[in-house]
Amino acid sequence: MSIWLFLLFSILKVAVVTAIFLGGVAYTVLLERKVVGRIQNRWGPSRVGPFGLWQPMVDGLKLFLKEDFIPAGVYRPLYLTAPLIALGCSLLSIAVVPFGSQDITVHGVKVFELADLNIGLLVLLGVTSMSIYGIALAGWSSNNKYSLLGSLRSSAQMISYELALGLSLVGVVLRTGSFSLADIVKAQSAHGALSWNILGGGQIIAFLIYITAAYAETNRAPFDLPEAETELVAGYHTEYSSMKFAMFFMAEYGNMITVSCVATLLFFGGWNSPFGHLFPEPQNIVIQALLALFWFIIKVFFFLFLYIWVRGTLPRFRYDQLMGFGWRYLLPIAMLNIVGTSLVLSALMANS
Amino acid sequence: MNSQSSQIQYIWQYLPLLLQVLAAFGLGIGMVVASWFIGRHRNTKTKLEVYECGIEAVGDARGRFSVRFYMVAMLFILFDVEVVFMMPWAVIYRQLPKITGSQWFGFWEMIVYLGFIAVALFYIVKKGILDWSTDKGDL
Repeated sequence: MSIWLFLLFSILKVAVVTAIFLGGVAYTVLLERKVVGRIQNRWGPSRVGPFGLWQPMVDGLKLFLKEDFIPAGVYRPLYLTAPLIALGCSLLSIAVVPFGSQDITVHGVKVFELADLNIGLLVLLGVTSMSIYGIALAGWSSNNKYSLLGSLRSSAQMISYELALGLSLVGVVLRTGSFSLADIVKAQSAHGALSWNILGGGQIIAFLIYITAAYAETNRAPFDLPEAETELVAGYHTEYSSMKFAMFFMAEYGNMITVSCVATLLFFGGWNSPFGHLFPEPQNIVIQALLALFWFIIKVFFFLFLYIWVRGTLPRFRYDQLMGFGWRYLLPIAMLNIVGTSLVLSALMANS
Repeated sequence: MNSQSSQIQYIWQYLPLLLQVLAAFGLGIGMVVASWFIGRHRNTKTKLEVYECGIEAVGDARGRFSVRFYMVAMLFILFDVEVVFMMPWAVIYRQLPKITGSQWFGFWEMIVYLGFIAVALFYIVKKGILDWSTDKGDL
């Protein structure tokens, strides 16, 4: 395969993935407004287009046309970079996520993954850590007390829960022996749902820690203290307007999608069907690819729905409870999970 | 395939990631610039002030804040190093019996390490650094 062909395919894949990702972000917002609406016994957006389907597009256009003003007291270089970092990291983290089987290639280029890296999981963790800068810098450079408090809270919360997040992934890596997300999915493909890491892998504790820590990482309810609107106006993005505000918004929802993708890949068998080899596999490669994509999207949708469900159900944590929960419970439990997983693995290896 | 060409292949795997970096930040810059030129600008003195719920702001936001945030950041660095050490161990865990020649060496090695970390965590909790609501921690 020539380098130029590879470059062409890569550009195509980047364009398609970015477009789908942004579309997904827009419609996750609509989904959230709809579902939270139903939870609160009202309709949600229903006026713009059928079932309110044009709502996110119109909202985006509105934000684009809004006046984009920079308050007088801000420190401009950081004030302008902060939303860039937030959105950039959010878009970047999707690059290492595989959406479908690695076997499906066109001219030797994998169709369903942007960058097939053997350190995919580490890249994800690294990019997630970087996104803290966006929030911390936004709050500090705004020169607003509410923004500063929101960003301080948020940074402390995100770094605290990142520890538990990183440790919960160790159990999965122990079982698979690889950082490649495609390898981790491949290791869960033997017997359908029974060989998924959450069931057969015995990583259910790791999954619960991961999902809790990920909710805190993405600043979502019940851990949405950075933008606790009843006490901090709008938290770290109080002073942002127009598209710069929209970029923080998009980054948050983009991170939600990435977290859902990673939860699917690491614990729920990625694109593998829950039935395993119970049904004969279709011979046609296109149908195979579509089926894999179908299962992947179903699982990601489930996790997005869970996000919204949790937001509609649980009240917000108090700050000291939040920090105490992360350090005193999640962190030791994650460490115990590693001990347990490695103990079982060693015992199994010693027997065989 | 000789070794040199496979090495080039390996490095080229990172090309899509680079393209995605360019796309992500290009898109962000494009959005900021476009909305700056599309939206109108009509600035007044009151509008450019800090928004603190309509009350006139006293001083700026460069004051002092709780030292606990700083302590948490310090602790994060210490414990994040722990996570970083565990990652390579986890990847080669299944091969450790072969490498070390002992069935349980890899396991006990990490138990000792985790033990030290657990003692450190216990100390932090007892010292009261994580108690946000009371002042009993002597910071």
